[in-house]
Amino acid sequence: MDLSKLSALEAGRMIKNKEISVAEITKAALENIEKTDKNYHAFITLCADEALKRAEEVQKGIDDGTYTSPLAGVPMALKDNMCTKGILTTCASKILTGFKPFYNATAYSNLENAGAVLLGKLNMDEFAMGSTTETSYYGATLNPWGENRVPGGSSGGSAVAIATDQVYYALGSDTGGSIRQPCAFCGITGIKPTYGRVSRYGLIPYASSLDQIGPMGRSVGDVAAVLNIISGHDPKDSTSVNMDALNITLKNDVKGKKIGVPTDWFGEGLEKDVKEKVLEAAKKLENMGAIIEEFKMPEIEYVIPTYYIIACAEASSNLSRFDGVKYGYCTPSFDDLTDLYCKSRSEGFGMEVKRRIMIGAFVLSSGYYDAYYKKALQVKAVIKKAFDKAFEKYDAILSPTAPTTALKMGENLSDPLKMYLGDIYTVSINLAGLPSMVIPCGFDKEGLPVGLQLTGKPFSENELMNIAYSFQKETDFHLKKPVIKREV
Amino acid sequence: MEFLTTMGLEVHCELSTKTKIFCSCSTEFGGEPNTHVCAVCSGMPGTLPVLNEKVVEYAIRTGIATNCQITRYNKFDRKNYFYPDLPKAYQVSQLYLPICHNGHVDIEVNGAKKAIRIKEIHMEEDAGKLIHDPLDDSTLVDYNRCGVPLLEIVSEPDFESREEVIAYLTKLKAILQYIGVSDCKMEQGSLRADVNISVRPVGTTKLGTRTEMKNINSFKAIARAIEWETERQIDLIEDGGKVIQETRRWDDTKGKSYAMRSKENAQDYRYFPEPDLVPIEISDEWIEKVKKSLPELPTEKKERYIREYGLPEYDVDIITSSKYLVKIFEEALEVCNEPKEVSNWIMGELLRLASETSTEYENIKFDAANLGKLILLLKNKTINRNTAKEVFEKMFAENVEPEKYIKENRLEMTNDAGAVKSVVDAVIAANPKSVEEYKAGNTKVSRHLMGQCMKQLKGKADPASVNEAITEALKEL
Repeated sequence: MDLSKLSALEAGRMIKNKEISVAEITKAALENIEKTDKNYHAFITLCADEALKRAEEVQKGIDDGTYTSPLAGVPMALKDNMCTKGILTTCASKILTGFKPFYNATAYSNLENAGAVLLGKLNMDEFAMGSTTETSYYGATLNPWGENRVPGGSSGGSAVAIATDQVYYALGSDTGGSIRQPCAFCGITGIKPTYGRVSRYGLIPYASSLDQIGPMGRSVGDVAAVLNIISGHDPKDSTSVNMDALNITLKNDVKGKKIGVPTDWFGEGLEKDVKEKVLEAAKKLENMGAIIEEFKMPEIEYVIPTYYIIACAEASSNLSRFDGVKYGYCTPSFDDLTDLYCKSRSEGFGMEVKRRIMIGAFVLSSGYYDAYYKKALQVKAVIKKAFDKAFEKYDAILSPTAPTTALKMGENLSDPLKMYLGDIYTVSINLAGLPSMVIPCGFDKEGLPVGLQLTGKPFSENELMNIAYSFQKETDFHLKKPVIKREV
Repeated sequence: MEFLTTMGLEVHCELSTKTKIFCSCSTEFGGEPNTHVCAVCSGMPGTLPVLNEKVVEYAIRTGIATNCQITRYNKFDRKNYFYPDLPKAYQVSQLYLPICHNGHVDIEVNGAKKAIRIKEIHMEEDAGKLIHDPLDDSTLVDYNRCGVPLLEIVSEPDFESREEVIAYLTKLKAILQYIGVSDCKMEQGSLRADVNISVRPVGTTKLGTRTEMKNINSFKAIARAIEWETERQIDLIEDGGKVIQETRRWDDTKGKSYAMRSKENAQDYRYFPEPDLVPIEISDEWIEKVKKSLPELPTEKKERYIREYGLPEYDVDIITSSKYLVKIFEEALEVCNEPKEVSNWIMGELLRLASETSTEYENIKFDAANLGKLILLLKNKTINRNTAKEVFEKMFAENVEPEKYIKENRLEMTNDAGAVKSVVDAVIAANPKSVEEYKAGNTKVSRHLMGQCMKQLKGKADPASVNEAITEALKEL
């Protein structure tokens, strides 16, 4: 039996029923990673020894009734921007060289308390800035669905670890599409929850007002089970909403649901195959009993500049603390304090990160603040209003996730503007703080996965997941697997 | 040419909350370096601030006590700059919506009353401390002060003299101490001031170019800094030069200020709303609750002391200028109900001893109720005034309990009329020359006799009854 093919919930069930031990499944997962990750490079850090030790601990906890979660004992991994006590946390940046936090991100603590077994830390675009996982200081991650294809980003390591059956689920973070777009590119399922649903404590921030941690997995069921565990109020994060953890129970619930399709999102720039597959999915949902209706949302024209101004502004401030003084990379020789700062930061940050820090510092500088940052906040309010209006009519909004399927390596790295435009369908949802889920809905003519994006009103995760769940019940796109290259 | 000086003040005051503004670390002063520090206040990646509500409450208290409007919808902003004492590389402060605005503090200089307008008060976090080690030419950082809550109290440019500045700071310090939001220990840096100064020729209305002097932390230093900077600017203008808008650092040991940075090199702090904190809404109920919990403020207290106790304004000014003197006054009064006496003891003996021993009022240790007891002992003639002063010195130095001390040292007055009479008789007998003079009409000699008697009685007699006995005895001769 190939354990790696199990879903997270199936694995959890087998562990609970003592059909398999936590140590066995952990060992098998580690062996599988050993064999596959040279080809895909999903991991920055593999914690094999810690994981095996942890597996014993968790097994005891399951046996004595400490861990009762349906995912207890199931091996998983984290995007490397979430702090893990005593374990290297890099944000895929040279500047965090050697940084081992002495605290855990709350989302991970919650998983630990549910008996999760951490296998390691996953690759990403440096500081979550990028849509291809190519900006990682530790090298790019590869998409298993095609030769020389990017997995998307910034949570590309998380997506590939799932797509190649290395882990049963993973956490990603989404500031402008960083969970959803790699899910689409790698044919997996994931959700960016409502802003404030999952604690950001211990998530090294890119843009604090937009960042949100979310689960990525093989099916809606797995993703829902993880979200139940990581959600809920955290007294350490003032922006986490004062609501109990979710208790999602999935059901077939699509009949009579009103789903809006914004026609402006299907215009120029959208690849023909992607458009076709997404509209086919809409048709499918309609056949299943949903009411599909087209509507206008012209605000999409402004979402890219608005997003990049706000995100870069916050990033320029958030990333200022990496100065070579307290932790991480420090330049070996310098003349004075300013030189220490300049050299450590110039040498420690990659190109894309520097570009966004400079954009952010510029839009916040005196004389430009009103023209850029303040204006962006005003447009953000307009975008939010447009969504509010849409949700007066619709239970969900259906759209593509990205204009294309997985790009060729290097294609966007040389053209940042083109890369930014690729975020057009995802960023507005972060600006409005909405929950948004991506599920596989077909393949283009090269066999690359296409992702369907379903967006709901704030805190409608359960309703949204019901629609996605119903869709997965009727389709098998999420069950399709790429050919995974193993070292012999 | 004659010049007018115009000044504005930015006062930073460390709040005396138990914990820091965004984490639960202690705010206590003087811990070993980096012992009052956690992941949050040391700015470790991924950590987030959670606002200490006490800080908001203290800010509201301060706003009410300085007649400010309270901002109902509050936000924090980030002030971005690089410095090793600032581990996040930004300070969380309030730029756009400060918690208090449009207030005033009333001062009085040489009998002239004046209201100094408060532009705004905002909440922010303190930075750490850099310690330069000259031995190996390295700089060390202590993050203990990082995240200690601060209020920045910004005045309008309403000051025209040093005296006004000092009067304002004295008043502000008293208010902050009264309402219990800060201990205002300038020597520990919990109260520090930046002064903006400009000068302009008499007869002109347009304010001159201002300079800002940073972080001056004693009243004397502020007075000196103002004097020096005013003269520097006047000299500059009179020599045909121009004042440049700049920030200057006052070096109190050298008695000079130095340019730190000019406006052209002014840092751009790239302020923007702090996304890690949610806005704070302050309700009417909250403000009312804080209002009710406020103690009597210096001005109210002063008026009441004059009205109810008939004390002189000068004395009341001094007593009400310090929460600690007020405490002594009120606790002593509680015991003896002799306001005039208590005030006299404070204004006389207490201030003298405090000044002779350079004791700050907050460090006066004796139990104020004992002063009340001492006054009662004096009133019921258990001791006389000279003895009382002696006892008070002991109380001030060692916090002795007066009754016990008097008993142990047998300082009670002799109330035995017979004993007094025999001493008087003996003294008269031993001073025939004085008696002669007295008979010749020089009544002043009775004072000499009085001194002799008191000496023999070891001071332990009521001077009035001794005097009476002497007069009687002399009459009888």
